[in-house]
Amino acid sequence: MDRLKMLEKEGLLKSRQGSRAVGKFLQNKLAVLGLMVFAVILLASVFAPLITKYDPAMIDLRSRLSPPSWQHLFGTDKLGRDVFARVLYGGRISILVGFGGALGAALVGVSLGTYAGYKGGWLDRILLRVSEIFMAFPQIILVLLLVSILGQSLWNLLVIFTITGWGSVYRMTRSQMLSIREEEYVQALKAFGLSDALIAYKHMLPNALGPIMVNLTLSTAMFILEETALSFLGLGVPLHIPTWGNILNAAQDLTILQEAWWIWVPVGIVISAFVLSINFIGDGLRDAVDPTQQG
Amino acid sequence: MVYVDTILTVDNLHINFYTNNRCNEAVRGVSFQLKKGRTLCLVGESGCGKSVTASSIMRLLPPLSRIEEGRIIYHSEQGDIHLHELAANGPEIRSIRGAEIAMIFQDPMTALNPVYTVGFQIREAFLYHTKMAKAAMQQKAIELLRSMRIPAPEQRVNEYIHQYSGGMRQRAMIAMAMSCNPKILIADEPTTALDVTVQAQIFDLMNDLQKKHNAAILLITHDMGVVAELAHDVVVMYMGVAVENGPVEEVLTKPAHPYTSALLKSIPVLGQSRSKKLEPIRGSTPDPYNRPQGCQFRPRCDFATEKCLQEPEACSVGENHTVKCWHWEKVLANA
Amino acid sequence: MHKNSEVLLKIRNAQTYFPVQKGLLKRTVGHVRAVDKVSLNVYWGETLGLVGESGCGKTTLGKSILQLVPVTGGEFIYNFDGEEKDLRKLSKEEMMQARKRLQIVFQDPYSSLNPSFTIFGSLQDPLKKFGVKSKEERKRIIGDLLEAVNLHRDYMYRYPHEFSGGQRQRIGIARALSLQPELVICDEAVSALDVSIQAQVLNLLLELKEKHQLTYIFISHDLSVVEYMSDRIAVMYLGKIVELAQAEDLFANALHPYTQALLSAIPVAEVGRKRKRIVLEGNVPSPVNPPPGCAFHPRCPYAMEVCKSRVPELKTYVLDGKEHQVACHLAADKVGAPAKSRQAEVDSNATN
Repeated sequence: MDRLKMLEKEGLLKSRQGSRAVGKFLQNKLAVLGLMVFAVILLASVFAPLITKYDPAMIDLRSRLSPPSWQHLFGTDKLGRDVFARVLYGGRISILVGFGGALGAALVGVSLGTYAGYKGGWLDRILLRVSEIFMAFPQIILVLLLVSILGQSLWNLLVIFTITGWGSVYRMTRSQMLSIREEEYVQALKAFGLSDALIAYKHMLPNALGPIMVNLTLSTAMFILEETALSFLGLGVPLHIPTWGNILNAAQDLTILQEAWWIWVPVGIVISAFVLSINFIGDGLRDAVDPTQQG
Repeated sequence: MVYVDTILTVDNLHINFYTNNRCNEAVRGVSFQLKKGRTLCLVGESGCGKSVTASSIMRLLPPLSRIEEGRIIYHSEQGDIHLHELAANGPEIRSIRGAEIAMIFQDPMTALNPVYTVGFQIREAFLYHTKMAKAAMQQKAIELLRSMRIPAPEQRVNEYIHQYSGGMRQRAMIAMAMSCNPKILIADEPTTALDVTVQAQIFDLMNDLQKKHNAAILLITHDMGVVAELAHDVVVMYMGVAVENGPVEEVLTKPAHPYTSALLKSIPVLGQSRSKKLEPIRGSTPDPYNRPQGCQFRPRCDFATEKCLQEPEACSVGENHTVKCWHWEKVLANA
Repeated sequence: MHKNSEVLLKIRNAQTYFPVQKGLLKRTVGHVRAVDKVSLNVYWGETLGLVGESGCGKTTLGKSILQLVPVTGGEFIYNFDGEEKDLRKLSKEEMMQARKRLQIVFQDPYSSLNPSFTIFGSLQDPLKKFGVKSKEERKRIIGDLLEAVNLHRDYMYRYPHEFSGGQRQRIGIARALSLQPELVICDEAVSALDVSIQAQVLNLLLELKEKHQLTYIFISHDLSVVEYMSDRIAVMYLGKIVELAQAEDLFANALHPYTQALLSAIPVAEVGRKRKRIVLEGNVPSPVNPPPGCAFHPRCPYAMEVCKSRVPELKTYVLDGKEHQVACHLAADKVGAPAKSRQAEVDSNATN
């Protein structure tokens, strides 16, 4: 406090330039750490070809199940594929599925929630019930259903995540809109007779985006975990495409679990680190956009 | 000068806030004396530091703030207690809070606990500050509610705060505040959220209580009408400075500070209709992080000169009437 | 040019009830009678003050005029350049055009501007909708509006958080004026402002009224402010108008016991004017279940038997040659029989 007082006296402190939220986010050490881990893993996946010379699908039967070495950083798997390369390339798909699922769910949930929350009435009431039904639907059964109808594919996974995920986004958007609806600037726009869609999407939605973005990051983490779980069970992305879940899938084999730890431990750590970093970022964002918190 | 009947002295109080990595001098030089059986009004606009001053007396300041200098002395029957030196949440101040100095707030809904009955919360005050049997406490609680003119107190005592109407909530809070017969009652905008007819009821009640218990009341308000109606003494605050301090008749009829004078000219007075055009104060209150040099009112003041770049000292206008302005004589002559 | 005696808006029997719903099935168990059979005239170029305590329906009445809340019944007959039409019976398209003439200034300077948009961004959409197609033209208009409320034109590129409360309120006024309205409803327009800023905004409103020939409905709980602004004042209690008179007359000869109590309860910033205060007992009853008869009778110091059973009508009396409407059974005893002439016209409208 004394330091602050001195600085203020000398006129050294200025009103913080730029957004208060950004400043608060950067003050949160965990969030910044999360952002760093997130960036490293994301960039490594995106620029995978520059980092490793191996093709993740290249089978090399001469060096099967070799432990980590300078040649193969994370060792090789049953078919002699380089695990490090598979983790990097797998990250591309896993992150894509996570983001894609969260984005799809958000797109549907936000566009419905914005309008229904603003208009209220029967439309809102029906959508609310529908969203509850979707949220209550067991995901595994839905996956089995779609896989048996359409076959395994990446797109199926995205569709499933969107179908099961939009409900919570819808409810959140709706509750945001309900409170924004009472703001006087919305009444003023109504008094000008502007159209409902214009008021809801252009004028109100930007003010509801903060919490929605936080939700988006957190559900990304959730969907990455779900992809892993589904792929581990062999229900997710087709096995020939490397994803984090598919790499883990190999650990279903008891001998690998017991004797070839390098196949599943590194990827497990990467998954945990990535999900944890996203959660830290989400928490940081949530605190940063919350105007009631001081600091 | 300390009068025999002075019960609280606030002397040159300075309080800083350290939120958002900035230092805000919320209160910068407030002095007044609160006397037994009299009402002192702290009046000023939002952000002038009046509520901060009040909560500092109870040592209820938020964590990122502190008293920088000045003294707050409570002249109790057992001798002077230096409130500013006590630990912010220590046993000494807690034994004073509620028993000797009580506070009521603007919003009873947030000041009272919604999950306990009103009676329970009043009894808690007795439990902490007195030794009474449970039945006696209940009886006392009912009596208190009755003295606050709450209808059917036997039934109301067992009800929750949301079952009360707005005016009744405020009265329940006053009942709690008065439960241990405090010597000082601090009321922070107690009627701002209420309708005028209910406000009149509350003021009536506070007047009666003061007469009965000879309590000193420190009333925080932004409404000059309330000041005229209730106060004996008044302290006008602007940007953390107590610019004028004196008996209410003097300050309202012969304002010596340009801010007080301008403020009085800028509020519509009932019954004058449009015969008198309002004279607004120009500009707006400055940013607390970017304060003007010297007198805080200088940029908006009609009397401002070079001299006002220095912070004015307190000058004595009359008996007990002080003002912080270099040009108070001109202001008086101009009125 | 319009004359002051010309009626701009005739409100007849306006009713706005909000359903009270309970339980899972949202059954309607009752109604909040926010506005209960209100009839009044608003004349061209006047300022009609609307006062009352919280929950008396003054704000709802204002929003009902703008059709911002679902109105239950009654007529809102607006004078469209000589052609009288009921606002409730307009087609969607007609109503949209009518909105140009009716505007509102809100209470809360903090929630009345969209935090995500610059002032230009907030104000341009209505202009766009009503035919100002070029961006340059919109910029010019908004700049002029800001200057009209004593703000700098370049402020249009700033965000609301950069302004003080008083400045925001001016921007709110500028927005209300952007389509050159005829009738502006000021809903507690200065209540949230600091006293030293209030006067600036009040005087600005008076100036703008002169300049743009506006008609105001000035809603406030603060009688001193309403008195300063208004030509005529209507006092509301539990959704009904209890008294309506010229501002001076209302203060000199308040006829309704509620008005009298209200006037006496207001603290006045003048020392030595300790008037006799009429302290009302009890609280405002719930508008879901208003008392039978005169809604004020449980708190009225003069209540008689008749007050408990019969609702007093708003009748016009003539006091010193001026009209003074009051809804009280006692009024006739105080000032003699109600005037018949004008009353007949209001009544016939009010009862059918």
